[in-house]
Amino acid sequence: MKTKRTAAIVAALTASVSLPSLAAAEDLTLCWAAWDPANALVELSKEFEAQSGHTMNFEFVPWPNFADRMLNELNSGGKLCDLLIGDSQWIGGGAENGHYVKLNDFFDAEGISMDDFAPATVYAYSTWPKGTPNYYALPAMGDANGWFYRADWFADPEIQAAYKEATGEDLREPQSQKELLQIAQFFQGREIDGKTVYGAAIFTERGSEGITMGVTSALYPWGFKYENTPGSYDMEGAVNSPEAVEALEFYKEFYETATPPGYTNSYMGESLDAFKSGQVAMAMNWFAFFPGLYADPATGGDKIDFFVNPPQNQAASTLGGQGISVVAYSDKQDAALEYIKWFAQPDVQAKWWELGGYSAHNSVLQDPGFVDSQPFAGDFLEAMDAVQDFWQEPAYAELLLAMQKRIHDYVVADQGTAQEALDKLIEDWTETFEDEGKL
Amino acid sequence: MSDGTMDRVAKATPRRVARKIRGLSDRAIAWIFVAPTIFLLLAINIFPLIWTIQLSFTNYRANRIGREVKNIGFRNYERILTDSDIWLNMQATAHFLFWTIFFQVLIGFTLAYLINKNFRGSPFWTTVIVLPMMLSPAVVGNFWKFLYQPQIGLFNYIVSFFTGKDPSSFEMLGQVNLAPWSIVIVDTWMWTPFVMLICLAGLRSIPDYIYEAAEIDRASKLRQFFTITIPMVLPFLMLAVLFRGIENFKMFDLVVQLTGGGPGSTTELTSINLKREAFEKWRTGYASAYAIILFVTVFGLASIYVKALNKVKER
Amino acid sequence: MSAHAINAPTNRQKWVAGTLVIVYALVTMIPLAWIMLTGFKSPADAISYPPKVVFEPTLEGYVNLFTTRTRQTQEFLDANPPENWADEIVRQYDMVIVGPSKFGERFLNSVIIGFGSTFLSVFLGTLAAYAFSRFKIPLADDLLFFILSTRMMPPIAVAIPIFLMYRNLGLSDTHLGMILLYTAVNISLAVWLLKGFIDEIPREYEEAALIDGYTRFQAFYKVVLPQAATGIASTAIFCLIFAWNEYAFAVLLTTANAQTAPPFIPTIIGIGGLDWPAIAAGVTIFLLPVMIFTILLRKHLLRGITFGAVRK
Repeated sequence: MKTKRTAAIVAALTASVSLPSLAAAEDLTLCWAAWDPANALVELSKEFEAQSGHTMNFEFVPWPNFADRMLNELNSGGKLCDLLIGDSQWIGGGAENGHYVKLNDFFDAEGISMDDFAPATVYAYSTWPKGTPNYYALPAMGDANGWFYRADWFADPEIQAAYKEATGEDLREPQSQKELLQIAQFFQGREIDGKTVYGAAIFTERGSEGITMGVTSALYPWGFKYENTPGSYDMEGAVNSPEAVEALEFYKEFYETATPPGYTNSYMGESLDAFKSGQVAMAMNWFAFFPGLYADPATGGDKIDFFVNPPQNQAASTLGGQGISVVAYSDKQDAALEYIKWFAQPDVQAKWWELGGYSAHNSVLQDPGFVDSQPFAGDFLEAMDAVQDFWQEPAYAELLLAMQKRIHDYVVADQGTAQEALDKLIEDWTETFEDEGKL
Repeated sequence: MSDGTMDRVAKATPRRVARKIRGLSDRAIAWIFVAPTIFLLLAINIFPLIWTIQLSFTNYRANRIGREVKNIGFRNYERILTDSDIWLNMQATAHFLFWTIFFQVLIGFTLAYLINKNFRGSPFWTTVIVLPMMLSPAVVGNFWKFLYQPQIGLFNYIVSFFTGKDPSSFEMLGQVNLAPWSIVIVDTWMWTPFVMLICLAGLRSIPDYIYEAAEIDRASKLRQFFTITIPMVLPFLMLAVLFRGIENFKMFDLVVQLTGGGPGSTTELTSINLKREAFEKWRTGYASAYAIILFVTVFGLASIYVKALNKVKER
Repeated sequence: MSAHAINAPTNRQKWVAGTLVIVYALVTMIPLAWIMLTGFKSPADAISYPPKVVFEPTLEGYVNLFTTRTRQTQEFLDANPPENWADEIVRQYDMVIVGPSKFGERFLNSVIIGFGSTFLSVFLGTLAAYAFSRFKIPLADDLLFFILSTRMMPPIAVAIPIFLMYRNLGLSDTHLGMILLYTAVNISLAVWLLKGFIDEIPREYEEAALIDGYTRFQAFYKVVLPQAATGIASTAIFCLIFAWNEYAFAVLLTTANAQTAPPFIPTIIGIGGLDWPAIAAGVTIFLLPVMIFTILLRKHLLRGITFGAVRK
């Protein structure tokens, strides 16, 4: 710690010699979730420290508590974070409640153009109201929910033969949601290398956002819509459409027939555990984890491969990922903006991808070598082409908690029918939008 | 009170000395000593309580600075009391309250009865038994979650060892029919010692001569147990139930760590639900009304209970 | 109990009672013992099936608890030999230690807030208890009941305004804010317990001192305080244990600066998934002080947990 600080001071001194016009060195704090990409960002930021003379501190909160802690921090007007890499759904609240600094003037002054970033990420991570050129964040980390599987098992001739015999089809990366389930059911309870294995690990977590992120990976491909017409808050017939009901029933069947025992409250960590301990043939998780999974000594390398969330009626993936924002309560906004300016540079973005972060910068994504740079790079591009996100309303937390409850009640606690769950969800959401004065 | 003595001492001494004895007047000292405590409690307990009441009649949201706050009368109360989901939370709370108290009284009293036999080493073992209740409920919940893991958890393994059931065939925290019992088990593990200690104090307060008199009357041991032991311990037992009842009505940390209210909403006790409304959905006004309803419920039930307790004591 | 009492338990009864109690005590200790054992397992052993009772002990959990680590390339690992035994443990996963974890800070926060609020509650509590015990205070019984009743309030009932109040006063996520809050919660216990202890000190001592020319203050701190020392000490430990264990307010009102250990421990996460040995290590370190205090306190336990309602 001490040596680090000394090094920073030395760096600051050298920097101030070469760049005398710069403002005083600040101690900046960047807040994000505690996961692999965050470690990569620490690595990446060393360059910023050396160049600018500012010191970077990091506050990384584990995912299950991330939203709670950070929204609490924002709502109490806390000065902990100068920079926040906040979830895409927070942008509405961040903008309307004045937690985030609006970045338009800064972008214009510094010549940062949102056209340089993938449109889906700009739409999802930066704009509020949605789709308007009002920017409250710079796309920092593209992400979507994808899948990975045991390539060694899929390539095993005996397993392939058994699958052929059981289903009459070839064992391959699934091309539809139903094929995905079929493969998972095939692996469920099978003996492999003397161990009982299971189909797939999926998200079922109740407390934060887990099961919603999992179930939407089925809902979106089936054609689920939040509203009949965007912006109308007219949900009857959209949220509870026959397709939505079918997709929800599908997810429940998946949970009941193709997941390992005890995965009643599982999210990112549990999904990784299940896969790394060799319990499951497949698992869903965010692309953010894929570099780490690929590098894993036990189940990475040749033993793993990746695929994008399979389509059903249409291609669709659940959006993850975050933009980086400057917190309005920070006293060091200038230094924080300096960081964003630095981060937006194409060569920094290229290094970001290299270290394991998912850049959303066109110069990185459109580079001819990108698709082959990692085994999951192509899948990532494909996923980002068809991402959909949850409500990003200021009342998003309320909307999310209602969905968590209704879906968990139905899928895990086995109460009522899919139709009832979605009908009740519309009631909850209607009430929220009425309180909001939007209905 | 000592004032009599004090005054006599003061009157008996010359004025100058009297002032020296008193320094400040007793009355002033009393107020100086008591005031900080009262002030702190007013600032951090009473003032917030009044504020909660005031908020409960509004549609205020603490995460929307600058949004218009409207007075909406009893609308929040109406919504809560007619919400069927909240009644389910109340049922879950009642289940938890009833069974934890039932088991804790049963096991706690039995243990106290046995320890009261004063076998060799009983003080040591009493201390050992008491340990769980001194621990942090959140941390206890956290490590019991580990013990409850299907397959790898010790709890399932021990159950399977005794019953022959496959340890991965049931999930204490994940199954709708088991989860409510999983929290009862942990709470009982943690708080039975509390009931035991109070019962032990009750048993030790019974003077020997009462039993001796009963012996002389040739009352059987069983009869002595029901006519002497039980009635004499009852006030203590009721006190223990009061403490546990209030505590478990407020239960939050242990259960949040164990099940987080799941699966679905089967273990979503009222205080967990309230926390979600207040600090995750940020429906501040609504949650305030909810808090007041809970507060009135605890206070009402507790006062009725204390009246009953006093009646028992008088007997 | 007199030796020749008619209903003194027979040896046989004692033997049966002793056996049953000891069996219960041992069973109830299993979860605690298990968690402490888990702290010395490797992550693989911790989640092995069937659960391992015999295993090769390692300090991995403790190393992971106190450090942050990153994965490194083989070249880097070859070029930089391990610096110490902890680094050596981490190397088997191709990782290196890059700094301390947050656990130390959180633990320190628990200590600061715990001791700060304990000192304040006992200080204020002693003053108030003395006043209630020795002086005629108007409506004393009502005030005492008022003090007690604040403890019955569900924390969540006042949490919302406290959150708002702290936000406006800038007390959110500060040590001072948490110390004041825990003091407010603890003070009812402190007043009630200490009043009991001070009531037991004969007034004659002070009166004699007053006649000897002491002022009230002098009599209070030269005569009463030393007599009440044991009571004050055990009250302090009860206050400390409460502040040490508190979770609900800590989770609502603190984020980074003043966060204590209880909200932090359950969130210790390894590289992908919960790191059970590290959590177990954190639990062990966190619980040990309380266990030691419990043993020290055993004589006053009952009094403490019942607000002095039951003395014995």
